[in-house]
Amino acid sequence: MPKRNNLWANIDWVTVLLFFALVFMGWLNIYAAVYNEHYQSIFDTTQRYGKQLIWIGAALTIGLIILLIDTNFYVFFSYIIYGFLLFLLILVLFIGKDINGARSWFAIGSFGFQPSEFMKFATALVLARYMSSYGFKIHNPKSLATIAAIIFTPVLFIFLQNDTGSALVYFSFVLVLYREGLSGVVLFFGTLVAILFVLALLVPNLVLYIVLLAIALLAFFIVNTKLIQFTRVLGAYLISILALFLLNFLMKKEYPLAGIVMAGVLLGSVIVLLVSWRNRIKNYSLIALVLLGSILFTLSVDYAFNNFLESHQQARINELLGIESDPLGAGYNVNQSKIAIGSGGAFGKGYLKGTQTKFDFVPEQSTDFIFCTVGEEWGFLGTSVVIGLFLFLLMRLIWLAERQRSSFSRIYGYSVAVILFFHFTVNIGMTIGLMPVIGIPLPFFSYGGSSLWSFTTLLFIFIRLDASRFDQL
Amino acid sequence: MDIYSKRRFVVYGVFAFVVLLFLIILFRLQILNSTYKQYATNNVLREITQYPARGLIYDRNGKLLVYNKTAYDLLITPREVTAFDTTLFCNLLNISKEDLEAGIKKAKKYSYYKPSILIKQISPERFAVLKEQLYKFNGFHTQSRTLREYSTTAAAHALGYVGEVSGADIKRDSYYKPGDYIGVSGIEKTYETQLRGTKGVKMNLVDVHNRLKGSYRNGEEDVPAKIGKNIVSTLDLKLQLYAEKLFRNKRGSVVAIEPATGEVLVFVSAPTYDPGLLVGRVRGHNYSKLLADTLMPLFNRALQAKYPPGSSFKPVNALIGLQVNAIDRNTRFACYGKASSPIRCTHNHGSPNDVVDAIRESCNPFLWNTFKSILGKYKTSAEGFNVWRKYVASFGIGQHLSSDFANGLKGDLPTEKQYNKIYGRGHWNALTVRSLAIGQGELGVTPLQMANYGAVIANRGFYYTPHIVKEIENDTISREFKTKREVPIEKKHFETVIIGMSQSVQRNLAATVKIPEIEMCGKTGTVQNNQGADHSVFVAFAPRENPKIALFVYVENGVWGSRYAAPMASLIVEKYLTDSISERRKWIEKKMLDANLLDPNQKK
Ligand SMILES: [Zn+2]
Repeated sequence: MPKRNNLWANIDWVTVLLFFALVFMGWLNIYAAVYNEHYQSIFDTTQRYGKQLIWIGAALTIGLIILLIDTNFYVFFSYIIYGFLLFLLILVLFIGKDINGARSWFAIGSFGFQPSEFMKFATALVLARYMSSYGFKIHNPKSLATIAAIIFTPVLFIFLQNDTGSALVYFSFVLVLYREGLSGVVLFFGTLVAILFVLALLVPNLVLYIVLLAIALLAFFIVNTKLIQFTRVLGAYLISILALFLLNFLMKKEYPLAGIVMAGVLLGSVIVLLVSWRNRIKNYSLIALVLLGSILFTLSVDYAFNNFLESHQQARINELLGIESDPLGAGYNVNQSKIAIGSGGAFGKGYLKGTQTKFDFVPEQSTDFIFCTVGEEWGFLGTSVVIGLFLFLLMRLIWLAERQRSSFSRIYGYSVAVILFFHFTVNIGMTIGLMPVIGIPLPFFSYGGSSLWSFTTLLFIFIRLDASRFDQL
Repeated sequence: MDIYSKRRFVVYGVFAFVVLLFLIILFRLQILNSTYKQYATNNVLREITQYPARGLIYDRNGKLLVYNKTAYDLLITPREVTAFDTTLFCNLLNISKEDLEAGIKKAKKYSYYKPSILIKQISPERFAVLKEQLYKFNGFHTQSRTLREYSTTAAAHALGYVGEVSGADIKRDSYYKPGDYIGVSGIEKTYETQLRGTKGVKMNLVDVHNRLKGSYRNGEEDVPAKIGKNIVSTLDLKLQLYAEKLFRNKRGSVVAIEPATGEVLVFVSAPTYDPGLLVGRVRGHNYSKLLADTLMPLFNRALQAKYPPGSSFKPVNALIGLQVNAIDRNTRFACYGKASSPIRCTHNHGSPNDVVDAIRESCNPFLWNTFKSILGKYKTSAEGFNVWRKYVASFGIGQHLSSDFANGLKGDLPTEKQYNKIYGRGHWNALTVRSLAIGQGELGVTPLQMANYGAVIANRGFYYTPHIVKEIENDTISREFKTKREVPIEKKHFETVIIGMSQSVQRNLAATVKIPEIEMCGKTGTVQNNQGADHSVFVAFAPRENPKIALFVYVENGVWGSRYAAPMASLIVEKYLTDSISERRKWIEKKMLDANLLDPNQKK
C-alpha cells in the first residue's frame, strides 16, 4: 500500500500536466494579446505577459506548498478558512477598490487581491466537510438549509460587491448536490427556471402564457386520460379567461389582452388546484401549481428586468437575446469578439499575427476575452485544442473524484470540476455570443494573479487529496 | 461505492453537451461563415469624417451675407471616462451638474464604446479655455464643426437656415449621418448640394478606445474634404435692408425683380427675424419662441401667403380682352358708380371709359364687361373660361414657377372642373364667376407670382423665371433661369395697358407715389379681409421705358393700395434707381417708417 512518503508517486501527473499546458498556452496568448512592437521582450515585467510570468511562478510555489501540507489540514481548518475569507468578503465592501463599478478588490500597492476568487475553494471545502459528516442526509430539511447557508452567504456578499459573474459561479454547486443525491426534480426546476427566464424576456407575454397553458393542458391530459376530468380542467381555464374577458368588456376597462389571459390562467390554476386538492388528485394539483409558479415567475422576471436592472445591463441582456442590435454599443464586446474569432478561420492567422487583438478591438482581451486571441491566431484548430484540453481536465477530475474513498475528497473533487466547468462554459459561451457578457475569467488562461492563484489552489488541494486517497478510509 | 455513483454519467453528459455545442458554434463561426473575415479589416480602420466648410453667400454686389464660424463639439466615450472634477468641468463648460449627468447617462445608453456628442457647439473662446484643461478629463475629446454666421440681420427668409439632419433626410440621402447639418429652408435648402461641399474621410488605425494608432498607409487612402461652393445671390443687400426697414411694425411682403433677367432684388416677408437666432446652441430655444410668436415671423409670406390680388389683377383681364378682341383700344363701357350692376364701382370718375381710363381709375364695370365679353366670345362660357384661364396661367399665376425658392406655393387658379363641381356642368357663366373680373373670388396668388406678373408687364410680354441665385462658384445656374418665357399677348396691348398704369401713378397718385423724373407704372389693389382692415397691395415697374425693377408690395391691414403699398413701393423704386429719397418725398418716407400696423389702437 502506498504511503505518505510516496506522495510524488501518487500524484495524478496527467492533471498536473494538463494544468501546465493550460497555464503555458494562456501565457503565450496573453503575450499575443498585448503584443506591442515597443515591448518585445517576453520577460518585460512592465507588461502583462511579464507580470503573468511572475504570477505563474508564484502559482507554482503555491501549488508546491499545498502539496506539502497534510490533507488533514484542509479538513480541520475548512471552517476557519471559510470564516476568514467571509470576513475578507465583508471587509472588501468597506475598504475595497472600485473597479468598473464592482467593489471586489483589495488594492495593496499595484497588486490586487480579490477575496471572492478564493472564497470558491473555501466554500467547496466546507461543503465537502459538512456533507461528508457522519449521518448526513441530503433531503433532511435541516441539511438543505445548512447547505443553502454555506453556499448563499458568500453569494450574498459577492452580489453586494456588484460582481454578478463571480456570484453566479456558486450556482454550479447544484451539480455537486445532484451527484450527492439531491432529487433530479431540483435539476429539472433549475433548468425550467433558466428557460422561463429567457423566454420571459424574448417571447411576447401573451404568446408565452398561451404556450405555458397549452403545455400544462397537455400534461393534464397525459397524467390522467379520463376525458371527463380533463374536460373539467379545460373548462375551468377557458371559463376563467372568458369571464375576465367579458368583465373587462362590460365594465369598459381597457386592460391588455395579455393581462386578461394571464389573470385567467392564474384564476383557472387556483380553481384546479383547490378542487384537485380536495379530491386528492395529486398530479393535477402539482401541474396547476407549476403553471401558477411559472406565470408568477415570468411576471417577476419582467418586473425585475424593468425595475432593477440598469439600462446598460438591460441592453446587454437584450443584445444577447437578439432583441436590440447596436454593434458598437452593448453588443460591442460580443461582436468584436466574434469578429476576432471568426476571422481566424480554420488554422488561424498565425501567432502574433492577429489584427483584431493587436489594435485592442476586443475589450478585456487578456482577461475575460483571452479566448478571442486563441480563436484569431490559432483558428478552429486552436479553439478545439483548448476546448479539448478543458474537456479532458474536467472528465479527468470527475474520474478522479469517483475513485476517492472518502466522500470529503469526492465532494471536493466534484466541486472543483463544476466550478471550472462553470467558468469554462460562461467564459467561452460569452466570447462566442452564447452567454451574456458577465466578466468571469477562463481558468488558468486569463491574465490576472488572483484568478490564477485561486484556481491553482482549488485544483492543487484536490490533487493533494487525491494523492493521499489511500490514507483515509 | 454509493448508490448515486451512476449520476456521474449525467455530469459527463452535461460537460460533453456544452463542449459539443461550443465546437459546433465555433465550426460555424470560424469555418463556415466568411462574413466575420470581412468585418475584421473594417474594424481596425476607423474612418474619421472630415467636415468641409460650407459655401459662402454674397449679395449681387459682392457683399458677404453668410459665412462660417468655427464651433467645437465635446464628445464623450463613456468607457474611457475616469473619475474627474465635475465642478471644474461644469464651470469650464457653463453647464449644470444635472445636465452633465443627464448627458453622460444618454451617452452611456447610446454606447459605452462609441463616442457621442455630449455638448454641441462650444464657442471658440470657451474652447480655448477648455483645451488647456482637457487633459484632466479622460474619455473626452473635441471635434470642430462650422456654424453659420450672418453679416447682417437681413433676408432671413431668402437665405434660410441650417439645422441638424432629420431621420427622413438620412433615409433619403445616404450622404448624411446623424448629427450632420443640412439646409432647412431658403437658399441653404435649395442649394444644399452646392453649399455643403463634400465630406472627406481620414483613415486611421485606431483601437477600441478610438486611440489613434497611426494613419492607414500614410494617408494614401484619405479623401480630403471639399469645401462647399460659394454662391452669389441676386439680392441687393442695400435695397433689402431699406425694404425691411420700411416694413417695421407691419406685416406683409415685398418681392422686387429685375425684369430683364428674372433676378430677385428684394425678398421681404415681414415681420422677419434675425437669422443669427437660428444658429448654435440657442437655436432650439429661439426656434420654438419664433414659432410661438403670434405675428408668425417664420411664415414666409412672399412664398406662402396667397390671397386674391384684387384690383392689381385688372391689367391681366384688360390684356386678355384686347388680345382675344373682346374689346379694342377704343371700346368704351359706361360706369354708374355705386349704382353699377352686377359689380358696383367704388371710384368716382367719368363715364364712359376706354381701357386706359379703366385701368387708371380701376373701374369695376369696365373690367366686368370685358370679362363678360371674353367668355361670351366662345360657344360656351366654359370654353371662354378655359381660354381666359390659359392666358392667366401664362403669367405664371397658379403655377409653380420652378424657381429656386424652397417651399413656394402654387397658388389657386380655378379650373372648369372646379366650377362644374360647385355649380354643375353648364350651370355657370361669366355672371356666376364675375368676381374673377376684378381679381377676387377663387384666385390665390403669392407675392412672388405677383412680382413676376409685374415683370411680365414691364417686359411687355415675357419673363424669366424669378430666381435668387446669380452665380455659383465653378458651376452654372439652372438653364431654366436663362429661358425666356413668352406670354401669348401682343406687345402693343401691353403698351396700351401701361399707359393706364402710368397715368394711375402720375395723375391719380401724384402726391404720394409719383417719383420725380422717373416714370413708374403701377396698379393698386385692395384685398378684402374678413378678419380686420383690408390689405393694401401694389404692383409696379419702373422706369416705363427699359424697366430696371418690377415689384409687388403687400401690406396687411393697410386698407387701400394707395395708402401704404404704393408709397412704399415708390420709395423702394426711388431708392434703387437714384440711390436716395428726394428731399420733397422725405415726409412720405417718414410716414411709412412710422406707421405701426401691428398696433390695433393706432389710427390707420
Ligand atoms: Zn367705374
